[in-house]
Amino acid sequence: MSSTNNAPPSTAAASKRPKYSKFTQQELPACKPILTPRWVISAFMLISIIFVPIGVAALFASRDVIEIVDRYDSVCVPANETDKVKYIQTPGFKTCNRTLTVPKHMKPPIFVYYQLDNFYQNHRRYVKSRNDQQLRDSKEANSVSGCKPEDYNNNSAIVPCGLIAWSLFNDTYSFSRKNVPLNVSKKDISWKSDREHKFGKDVYPQNFQSGSLIGGAKLDSSIPLSEQEDLVVWMRTAALPTFRKLYGRIEVELQENDVIDVTLGNNYNTYSFNGKKKLVISTTSWLGGKNDFLGIAYLTVGGLCFFLAVMFTIIYLVKPRQLGDPSYLSWNRNPGWH
Amino acid sequence: METSNHAIERASSVNSLSRRSVSSIQSKMSGGNSLKEVSVAELGSKRVRHGSSRGGDSEFFSMSLKEINDEDARLVYINDPERTNEKFEFAGNEVRTGKYSLITFLPRNLFEQFHRVAYIYFLVIAILNQLPQLAVFGRGASILPLAFVLFVTAIKDAYEDYRRHRADKIENNRHALVWNNGQFQSKRWKDILVGEVIKIKVNETLPCDMVLLSTSDPTGVAYVQTINLDGESNLKTRYAKQETLSRSPEREKIAGLIKCEKPNRNIYGFQANMELDGKKLSLGPSNIVLRGCELKNTAWAVGVAVHTGRETKAMLNSSGAPSKRSSLETRMNLEIVILSFFLITLCIVVSVGAAVWLKHFEDRLDSIVFYHKKDYSKGTVDIDNYNYYGWGMEIFFTFLMAVIVFQIMIPISLYISMELVRIGQAYFMVRDTNMYDEASDSRFQCRALNINEDLGQIKYVFSDKTGTLTENKMEFQSASIGGVDFSHTKASMQGDQVAYMVKVDGKVMKPKVTVKANPELLRLARIEKDSPGESYIHNFFLALASCNTLVPFVIDTSDPAVKIIDYQGESPDEQALAYAAAAYGYMLIERSSGHIVIDVQGEKQRFNVLGLHEFDSDRKRMSVILGCPDKSVKVYVKGADTTMFSVIDRSFQEQVVHATENHLHSYSSLGLRTLVVGMRELSSLEFEQWHSTFEAASTALLGRAALLRKVASNVEKKIKVLGASGIEDKLQQGVPEAIESLRAAGMKVWVLTGDKQETAISIGYSSKLLTGNMTQIIINNNSKESCRKNLEENLLMSKKLMPDSAIGSDAARSSDAGKVQLALIIDGTSLVYVLDSDLEEQLFQLASKCSVVLCCRVAPLQKAGIVALVKKRTADMTLAIGDGANDVSMIQMADVGVGISGQEGRQAVMASDFSMGQFRFLIPLLLVHGHWNYQRMAYMIIYNFYRNSVFVFLMFWFTLFTGFTLTTAITEWSSVLYSVIYTSFPTIVVGILDKNLSRRTLLEYPQLYGSGQRDESYNSKLFWLAMADTLWQSIVVYFIPLFAYWNSTVDISSLGDLWTIAIVIVVNLHLAMDVIRWSWITHAAIWGSIFATCLCVIIIDAIPMLFGFGAIFEIGKTSLFWALLLIIVVAALAPRLAIKVLYQYYRPNDIQIAREAEKYGNLRQVEQLEVEMNSMMTANQRR
Repeated sequence: MSSTNNAPPSTAAASKRPKYSKFTQQELPACKPILTPRWVISAFMLISIIFVPIGVAALFASRDVIEIVDRYDSVCVPANETDKVKYIQTPGFKTCNRTLTVPKHMKPPIFVYYQLDNFYQNHRRYVKSRNDQQLRDSKEANSVSGCKPEDYNNNSAIVPCGLIAWSLFNDTYSFSRKNVPLNVSKKDISWKSDREHKFGKDVYPQNFQSGSLIGGAKLDSSIPLSEQEDLVVWMRTAALPTFRKLYGRIEVELQENDVIDVTLGNNYNTYSFNGKKKLVISTTSWLGGKNDFLGIAYLTVGGLCFFLAVMFTIIYLVKPRQLGDPSYLSWNRNPGWH
Repeated sequence: METSNHAIERASSVNSLSRRSVSSIQSKMSGGNSLKEVSVAELGSKRVRHGSSRGGDSEFFSMSLKEINDEDARLVYINDPERTNEKFEFAGNEVRTGKYSLITFLPRNLFEQFHRVAYIYFLVIAILNQLPQLAVFGRGASILPLAFVLFVTAIKDAYEDYRRHRADKIENNRHALVWNNGQFQSKRWKDILVGEVIKIKVNETLPCDMVLLSTSDPTGVAYVQTINLDGESNLKTRYAKQETLSRSPEREKIAGLIKCEKPNRNIYGFQANMELDGKKLSLGPSNIVLRGCELKNTAWAVGVAVHTGRETKAMLNSSGAPSKRSSLETRMNLEIVILSFFLITLCIVVSVGAAVWLKHFEDRLDSIVFYHKKDYSKGTVDIDNYNYYGWGMEIFFTFLMAVIVFQIMIPISLYISMELVRIGQAYFMVRDTNMYDEASDSRFQCRALNINEDLGQIKYVFSDKTGTLTENKMEFQSASIGGVDFSHTKASMQGDQVAYMVKVDGKVMKPKVTVKANPELLRLARIEKDSPGESYIHNFFLALASCNTLVPFVIDTSDPAVKIIDYQGESPDEQALAYAAAAYGYMLIERSSGHIVIDVQGEKQRFNVLGLHEFDSDRKRMSVILGCPDKSVKVYVKGADTTMFSVIDRSFQEQVVHATENHLHSYSSLGLRTLVVGMRELSSLEFEQWHSTFEAASTALLGRAALLRKVASNVEKKIKVLGASGIEDKLQQGVPEAIESLRAAGMKVWVLTGDKQETAISIGYSSKLLTGNMTQIIINNNSKESCRKNLEENLLMSKKLMPDSAIGSDAARSSDAGKVQLALIIDGTSLVYVLDSDLEEQLFQLASKCSVVLCCRVAPLQKAGIVALVKKRTADMTLAIGDGANDVSMIQMADVGVGISGQEGRQAVMASDFSMGQFRFLIPLLLVHGHWNYQRMAYMIIYNFYRNSVFVFLMFWFTLFTGFTLTTAITEWSSVLYSVIYTSFPTIVVGILDKNLSRRTLLEYPQLYGSGQRDESYNSKLFWLAMADTLWQSIVVYFIPLFAYWNSTVDISSLGDLWTIAIVIVVNLHLAMDVIRWSWITHAAIWGSIFATCLCVIIIDAIPMLFGFGAIFEIGKTSLFWALLLIIVVAALAPRLAIKVLYQYYRPNDIQIAREAEKYGNLRQVEQLEVEMNSMMTANQRR
């Protein structure tokens, strides 16, 4: 292939010769990494070296978390009530007492959660049934688009409208240890950004939960939405059908074998869809709550990478191949080309 | 003779019709005092005509004589535009190449854009989404991507249209002289009307299609250059009708009616007749000059406008190249169908899930707080269902919503990316300095933008010979004159190059092209000029100088005393012969209708051209009848040996004929193009006879062509052989090397030529197509039966030679191919019996066993037939390369058509998908760019499938946890931006810029091209691997966070953000893992995309109005988020990395080895091995 470069250059103005540049000739300087065995083995090795300690640490963190879970949805229905749905739908405050034993010393902050199972807060009908404009701005009280069927009641707009607010969780918990009430702080349980920007300081509940069908908790219409933290927490819809929501914080230490009496207000109807209700009292670690999964996952991946590194080393030692060895070219393997 | 033949044929089809009598014109011009008349008078007032006799004419002639149906006709009243335009609204001469006006822009542009299926898919989904029951995404988010694409395209179209409008404005406001109120007045082009008489001056561009009425030339000849129309730079002759010649409007009022065909786009055809003074004249393509042409060498021309504006042939022809679809894209459709199947499956799964879920809770739906089936807001009495249409409808809606949510499973964005990538690839191909042709100053051109990647998969190359393998610059090499061989090969060894020049009127004239002359012949020519009578040499060169249709043009040089003579003509062979004659002292310096002036060894002599029988493909010769200065009349004939030897008179020159035959044979085996030259002196009786029949024939209205042919054959007999010429059609630079590379790359090269078999074979040898150790199978048959027999025998033989090759296993083929290589040579006559018959299959069988196929003497349509024969029987990609009009059908038939922008005009280029200056550029085009394009595009397609489905699967898994209600955790904006911003740039950049191997390596090892031929980068195995990987990665990305956040307080937006960022990182790193060359652009694209994604997620979460406000800031504070990101990325990509490493290391493909070799400098070893292998092979072959 003799190039045309050696011919005398024609006049620059008339010539259509493409201008030479490294870019147009696709010759930009570039790095061409190749997966060499050494590189691959060290990469896998490195991964396992990093992952195994993380996994161990995560597992330890998860083990350090003390968690008390108490399912109360069926226990709190009197045994003589056959129709749980009917029971829960009857008006009136239904109390229920539970006793919990602290398995291990718990350091504050100790978080109190309620956990709902089988509650599809991510259901399409539900998750969109809200109006963020109305929640922010007192002037937008009549913006109820998307809130149907909980938008108007008696021809006046509901604030906060929509299914989510309407179905606000209304079980209550109060704790006492040795007949001394344990204070549950309900402040700052929601996101700061939500309180400051998403829920207005001058937006007050109105016409709420006044319809014929009561979905859940009522709201004190003298407190602005931004301070109704249970609502703010509830409105952060959960990702999965089984979820916890923060109820409050206990700011005192709990000792091992402490017995805590819980007085429950069992009002929330999960019975119609076989939802479970659980009360959870838990400490946290740097990784969050009690969940061994992450630690196990890290250990597994780290272990597998170690295994791969070892395997590649063995293969490399047993059956090495020189990189760029031309005898592997297909036309050299089958001599003669056509 | 291939190219010259067709060139002449083409020319004659244009102007054959109206080579009208010279003398009859003059008889009408009462006071004519032209030189010619005098010369004719000298001859005894013999009136002569030019005549032509071409096969196609008779048909055409009878056609044109037929009354053109009044409904189909266009009536043009000459010089009466009012009346012309009264009844019919002909288009004005204003041209509008712009497609849109301000008002029509929006509707028309949208209409055109929606011709794409992809956009309609987009639109249907967007419309579905607008139904309140199905609104999955918000209005904005669902329309935005489509709107964006439409908007960008519209802006691009608007800009292009603006430029067209501007160009139109300039064009429309040019001025031309139009006859008006008794004088020619300047008028703007756009105001010209059909029927107006227009005067064009030399070097002016024609404003519309017009029928010539008269020109400055007394015989009505006008020369036009059609470079704007078909790109041919040589001059074409057009004629005014003799009847109209005298009637220039200045002299006498002209009125008449032209009935012509409706506007059409055939630039080589025109049918009309003119009624003038009650007489009917027929008009043909040679009487019309077309818009866009330039008038040359003619002081002025007057014509009447017949087609104007958008109805002109130039405007009707301004359309793009035919569109082809790349094979990759066709293959891809299968995978698209599979993906649609996935899509439907996913939707069905969701619907079934929803059905079961709804059934399960059916009676409790109202009391489930998160469902709330009934609407109580209007009191408790009359309770309606809220947004619930019954079980069946809900399922149906779920299905439709699933389609909306999972729509990107069908990677619509892929089509847009592919177009962008192809534009980028084309940019680099065009800019490649290695494909720039210095000689013709032409760049590589991409005329079709949608088959770039096909260039990497070619298996069959069909090549024209003349102009493609060879330069089509003819060089006079050998002459056999009077039985004596004067070959230039000896002369050139002495390095004697003669630049012949003569002095005319005190000025030195020299031919433009110098020819190496044989000094012996030169000497003889000079001596013999004194005894011209019977001299072979004199007559031989006189024949070369006169027996042609060339027009000499005198060009000024920087030195005022020196002029250069340039022979303009359609046939390079004729040019070569004329330059040769000039070099030996017979210089044609002037041609006007009726006479030519030849400078014979410094002495100007005038010859009267009494008649000319043009070349036609039946006679395969042309002749000219000259009235010589010594009052004798001679016929000079030149033509192909096959037809010439049948008309020569052997009786008195047996020896000369024999010697000439021998020389001819040796010339053609050297690969020279041969012509035989002969002459005969006519007695005055013979001349009279000929003249009267010729006159009668050329005025005949019916069957003129046949009559003229008869006249020609009557006079072309008893020819005395003067000699023969051998013209070398030089091989283009680098052709043998290119062919070697192509064959090494596993391509089968077929050469299809119109040349003689011997010439073709000799060119085959010189271009290394044929080698000494090949077994040649030659098929020349004259009947179908013998053809069948021959084919069958050879098939058997080839089977014996190669027991189970060709279709057999690769190993068998490659080991056997080393021993015997077959070359099939077949001629056009045999092909007549083979093509379109049951023998096709046998020919294909035989041809597929041969490494080389050479087809000689093939007609243009046969070329296409051969390509079709292969195309029909294999899935392999075919490429056709050619330069002439005769290659157009083949270029259009093949999967990839390449045009050589060479000597022979531009029809081939116009029909081609790619065009370039030299045959050898095929090597960088295929081996380098084709290889890259294929690898890039193939990778990009699979990657896009993966990229979109992994996202869909991610959303699908989530759907299973939302009661099958198609809630998306990922914000709608992110899901819209996913294929627009988050992941699109890297794939486009990689699709344009990534190179798996360097240019040098690819050129050094043509075998690497095989990876494209074997579909190594795109096949169903890779697709399914990618899909398995998709499944794994989507599971990892989805389920790791799911389990980690099980029983936690995580909200839907935070988890959605984690999934978004994780999937984008995984998808981009997946690409990064496969990138081979990391230039700064690649870095910027990949890391930039990840960065842009994070930025977008942050921005989306910073808008309080949106649902997910603040989520990324909250979740970003937790260490779990970062720990999850890390493990997701590693766990998702580790299996791919491991498998990739295993594959690369233990089952490396050629590209992998070559890459390693490139990096670790083992190239030298490779070379050494190569040499060993080669020597082993050749040793094998010899055995």
